[in-house]
Amino acid sequence: MKTSLDGLIDESVTIIREVAAEFERPVLLFSGGKDSVVMLHLAVRAFAPARVPFPVMHIDTGHNFLEVIEFRDRCVSEMGVQLIVGSVQASIDSGKVADVTGPRASRNPLQTVTLLDSIAEHRFDAVFGGARRDEERARAKERVFSHRDSFGQWDPKNQRPELWGIYNGRHRQGEHFRIFPLSNWTELDIWTFIGEYNIDLPSIYYAHTRPIFKRDNMLMAVTDFLPPDEGSVVEHMQVRFRTVGDATCTAAVSSSAATVEDIIAETAVARVTERGATRADDRMSEAGMEDRKRTGYF
Amino acid sequence: MERLRFATVGSVDDGKSTLIGRLLYDSKSIFEDQLEHIEAVSKRRGDDYVDLSLLTDGLRAEREQGITIDVAYRYFATPKRSFIIADCPGHIQYTRNMITGASNVDLAIVLIDARTGVIEQTRRHSLLVSLLGVPHLVICVNKMDLVDYDQGVFNRIRQEFEQFASRLDLQDVTFLPISALAGDNCVTRSKNMDWYEGSTLLHHLENVYTASDDNRIDTRFPVQFVIRPQRADFPDYRGYAGRVAGGVLRVGDEVMVLPSGLTSTITGIDSPTGPLQEATPGQAVTVLLADDLSITRGDMICRPNNRPRVAQELEAMLCWMDDTAPLQPGKIYSIKHTTKVARTKITEVLYRLNISTLSRETGVNQLAMNEIGRVTLHTTAPLMFDDYHQNRTTGCFIIVDEATGQTAGAGMLLSPRT
Repeated sequence: MKTSLDGLIDESVTIIREVAAEFERPVLLFSGGKDSVVMLHLAVRAFAPARVPFPVMHIDTGHNFLEVIEFRDRCVSEMGVQLIVGSVQASIDSGKVADVTGPRASRNPLQTVTLLDSIAEHRFDAVFGGARRDEERARAKERVFSHRDSFGQWDPKNQRPELWGIYNGRHRQGEHFRIFPLSNWTELDIWTFIGEYNIDLPSIYYAHTRPIFKRDNMLMAVTDFLPPDEGSVVEHMQVRFRTVGDATCTAAVSSSAATVEDIIAETAVARVTERGATRADDRMSEAGMEDRKRTGYF
Repeated sequence: MERLRFATVGSVDDGKSTLIGRLLYDSKSIFEDQLEHIEAVSKRRGDDYVDLSLLTDGLRAEREQGITIDVAYRYFATPKRSFIIADCPGHIQYTRNMITGASNVDLAIVLIDARTGVIEQTRRHSLLVSLLGVPHLVICVNKMDLVDYDQGVFNRIRQEFEQFASRLDLQDVTFLPISALAGDNCVTRSKNMDWYEGSTLLHHLENVYTASDDNRIDTRFPVQFVIRPQRADFPDYRGYAGRVAGGVLRVGDEVMVLPSGLTSTITGIDSPTGPLQEATPGQAVTVLLADDLSITRGDMICRPNNRPRVAQELEAMLCWMDDTAPLQPGKIYSIKHTTKVARTKITEVLYRLNISTLSRETGVNQLAMNEIGRVTLHTTAPLMFDDYHQNRTTGCFIIVDEATGQTAGAGMLLSPRT
């Protein structure tokens, strides 16, 4: 079957195989979010009928949507891959980072420390991420093979030229690469893949009714980790999540899209980017993502 | 739906960002939050108009300096095609970034300001497009609104360009009179230029014929990864994974493996989306053979009667990209070509190409950052390659500095001069 995704799938699979061939200890970041799910499915297809030759890792803030964690565990067991969990709670308990407090606290920024510690602990030299260039301005500039120095830092002004389909993964001990096989996919491509290949996702990607309160015009879900803001009104609303991250900083969108087809139709006419609609963490500053990426964020 | 990758080359002054903004805006690919964001920033900076370049200039340093430094990728789609734009810087000091963005595109757009005509920058950009073997070039004569939509101006620039381009290796060149700011001939036909009978830019991008751009004759399959499942249910599976670099592989084809020269027959082709009867350029597949040969990463599968060249003494056009050290002949570098890594020494710089005048400067034995020259090189292992103009994938390579890991050079292999 020929589809519009053919060239994209071929490119991603080639990137994943190249990493398996050239690096000693790759790992695939897997949160249970849709991009990481698609990436894992591509990895499975890249090596079939052999098994995926590297483990997956989740950086767990402890503030999760229950549905996503259940999905994560089911998914890795079905795919036969090993799951490593890097725990932000453990980083807090060991005194490496201080937990955040206050009315708008989110552990999202703390993940960088846990991520870099986990990479060092397991001596990973290549870390697959599901980031896409259409998501955000700084990501639009990043290479597929993106170098990180021994502090885990990205230097956007000194990126290695990346030509044709040749990738340069040469690095010194202690340095690593972030690898982005989905660089050229758009949100719509991701959903098209999910539809065409019947990919299972956490249920919260589809319309459901849950208690919601409004914060800065974003629809925040009430969870054990996110009580409603003082003075806000909790309503039961029909929503879905366009992105799935830490429960304290990921917002929902009002939607009745219950199937992949509904979501594709909705995405095709969406007038706001997925991160703009749903991520409190990107609203911090004009260069929020660039600054976080420089210090080692996803 | 097909996908077209194209590069836009130029600087803000040429109206490049305005053109991209126009394509994105008119195809409804700019999102409200992005527009709100750049409106707010433009206002805060006191700009008279919304600066569409803020859409693509994503790094702090770029916004501060108001220039494009690195390639940015943008995505949009029409009902006919999906597009990947590699938005490339135009300044000479970012030549390496332009080459990066334009290395694997189907088409390049070079902008000319109608008021200035063909300038040094136009010549430089066109030369690089020609060197990189980009199959299609579109020359957009922009800002036609500022020359009263005058056909004479357009024709004069066209002639000027054609005269210069006769010295280049350009396969398909299209000329378009546009105004990115006013929208003439970008997405909708201009009412101001009745004399122009060609298509709009978007129509051209949607319809340019790219199916014959790949080399479908010379079968080339660099082996990337050997798949041998350690599983009881697949005891005998041994597959050679890679991406087809040229020609067509079919089940039943007799093939030869290089460098060993051993032959076998294709018994099956697996792909990420299921088994195939044939595989064409660009497809990532796994090839199964009738015989149990010793094949490893870096080997090349081809046809017995159509083989790539095999050599350790090579000639290439080389663009130097390392800002920390010039190319040093005699120094040992790492070279990556298809899926093969070897070591190499540049033995001689035959000439340096003046990318503004096209003149060949001899007697230089060094290339600095952003300089391009014709070189000879010697590798520790034979490369299996084609002339870059026959096959971009088997004709290109990168040079890596072994100490720093930097991608120091990018080369295009050529037939030796006789």
